[in-house]
Amino acid sequence: MQKLLNWVDERFPLTASYKAHLSEYYAPKNFNFWYFFGSLALLVLVIQIVSGIFLTMHYKPDADLAFASVEYIMRDVEYGWLIRYIHSTGASMFFVVVYLHMFRGLIYGSYRQPRELIWIFGVIIYLVLMGEAFMGYLLPWGQMSYWGAQVIINLFAAVPFIGEDLSIWIRGDYVIGDATLNRFFAFHVIALPLVLLGLVAAHLVALHEVGSNNPDGVEIKKLKGEDGHPLDGIPFHPYYTVKDILGVVVFLMVFAAIVFFAPEMGGYFLEYNNFVPADSLKTPEHIAPVWYFTPYYAILRAVPPILGSQFPGVALMGVAVLIFFALPWLDKSPVKSVRYRGPKFKIALTLFVISFIGLGVLGILPATELYTWIARVLSVVYFAFFLLMPWYTRNDTYKPVPERVTDK
Amino acid sequence: MKKLFFLLLAVPGMAIAAGAGVPLDRAPINPHNQESLQRGASVFVNYCLSCHSASYMRYSRMEDIGLTEAQIKDNLLFATEKPGETMTIAMRADEAKVWFGATPPDLSVITRSRGSDWLYTYLRGFYRDDTRPLGWNNRVFDKVGMPHVMQDLQGHMVPVMRAETDAEGRPHEVIDRLELVKPGKLTLAEYDALVGDLVNYMTWMGEPAKTQRMNIGLAVLLFLGVFYVIAFYLKKEFWKDVH
Repeated sequence: MQKLLNWVDERFPLTASYKAHLSEYYAPKNFNFWYFFGSLALLVLVIQIVSGIFLTMHYKPDADLAFASVEYIMRDVEYGWLIRYIHSTGASMFFVVVYLHMFRGLIYGSYRQPRELIWIFGVIIYLVLMGEAFMGYLLPWGQMSYWGAQVIINLFAAVPFIGEDLSIWIRGDYVIGDATLNRFFAFHVIALPLVLLGLVAAHLVALHEVGSNNPDGVEIKKLKGEDGHPLDGIPFHPYYTVKDILGVVVFLMVFAAIVFFAPEMGGYFLEYNNFVPADSLKTPEHIAPVWYFTPYYAILRAVPPILGSQFPGVALMGVAVLIFFALPWLDKSPVKSVRYRGPKFKIALTLFVISFIGLGVLGILPATELYTWIARVLSVVYFAFFLLMPWYTRNDTYKPVPERVTDK
Repeated sequence: MKKLFFLLLAVPGMAIAAGAGVPLDRAPINPHNQESLQRGASVFVNYCLSCHSASYMRYSRMEDIGLTEAQIKDNLLFATEKPGETMTIAMRADEAKVWFGATPPDLSVITRSRGSDWLYTYLRGFYRDDTRPLGWNNRVFDKVGMPHVMQDLQGHMVPVMRAETDAEGRPHEVIDRLELVKPGKLTLAEYDALVGDLVNYMTWMGEPAKTQRMNIGLAVLLFLGVFYVIAFYLKKEFWKDVH
């Protein structure tokens, strides 16, 4: 066995990689609850890829057959219902996990120097994930698939001058049809997953280059023991592998509870209207995107058209997502973790969380006048969190940061 | 760890919106009542399946609700059909559109889009309306193209109106309740029970794997519960030496 290993190691850095990324990757020993979501995101990615492969074996990307093929999977394929529910639940849970993972970065300053690139890779992953989810949602070819895609692709038509052509280019037709379904299928099952895997690899390589942040925002590499390892660091394997298994089990309990007992999740994970086949002549009364897009949808609707053009709303929605890229350079605070930050940041963060969730709720509801005004206020709060950050992080009061991490 | 569990469960739940503001009656759904499902299947085949298809549903699947292949063949199939076939119909969609104003929708997953309660209220909500081409209207689906196909069972209902004022103070009339003017073969209570069976069947048909799903789910959660205990002590053992 050892001989075989040596043979491989002379030709491929197997042992070296194992050491660098697992057994001798030193992670801070004080990871808390919020640090489960990175490994959980990886788990969901694997779940989606595996369940997706099996769905692809039975699904038909054809406007005349797609809806029926999904029901065929639900009824005639052995355990097809299980594969399909795992995939649909996985889509929503991916966003649950990613949003919590991003929130972790926000509260402990994981985007700060020297981890800017990890953050940037992460935001790109988030963007690609949105595209992946959006295109996947068209595939069941239900009413919400169809009209949701219609609404989103029409947004591109609002771009000045080239909008009309751009939206036709995306659809491959003047309306959403077979051509759109086919190309979305191609993007969903091969193009974007490839990009996603590459980005996840880059995200992890960058992370292991600089080392993980922690709830205290202390750089553990500054204090090393005689053996050259960080004093507050422990090898990822076995310590965090066994700890993450615990997180995985709890996560899978929630996941299984949804898959087996509430796969529609009250109409949020699988919308009721999506059990009606797509019909280009019948517009549903109320079109709402799936829950993970609703904060941005609310921002879109909150902006009134200027000179009859919807473009300002579309642009602002885009900026609302892209602004995450700027975070490492907007934050001027001398400390990373919320534990040592002052009241200004804590208030700003609280308001940001309220605005994000509030916009998410409003994006699901029909846009009445009152709701639109609330959405406008919350949109301002959303952007203020980012745009005022240089000011309030510079003028905040801070507590001294300890040399070592404070808890286990 | 508990925090994780509750946080993930806190993703909100919501019931299907009723629309039109008519309060819906609760459908008596019981997927374990096989007699009710079988009665519902027979009503479905006799009353619905001439205009509506259920083209994702195979006849043979009804073995899941306690019918044998011979029973399905003898009682639910026309002579030319085979149990492995799906519930399709001979009526053409374009012709149906001319006759009813809209093509009768496929009913395989209708309970999953409309909801069982809506369907239960809808099927009991037909009333006489001479302004409609076929003489029928519906409480929860105004100006519906479908006539009351079970009028021989329920009889004829007419609306009893009640005056109401809208948000701007204008008086208008709304339907308060329906009243029987011409009895059918069944009493109203018997008719409700029959529609209950039918909706129970259609709910089952919307997702035939549902009971199996829940049974497997219990086993999976039980397994994960045991696994949690093992994982918990495994973690504890490994972390003993971290200070």
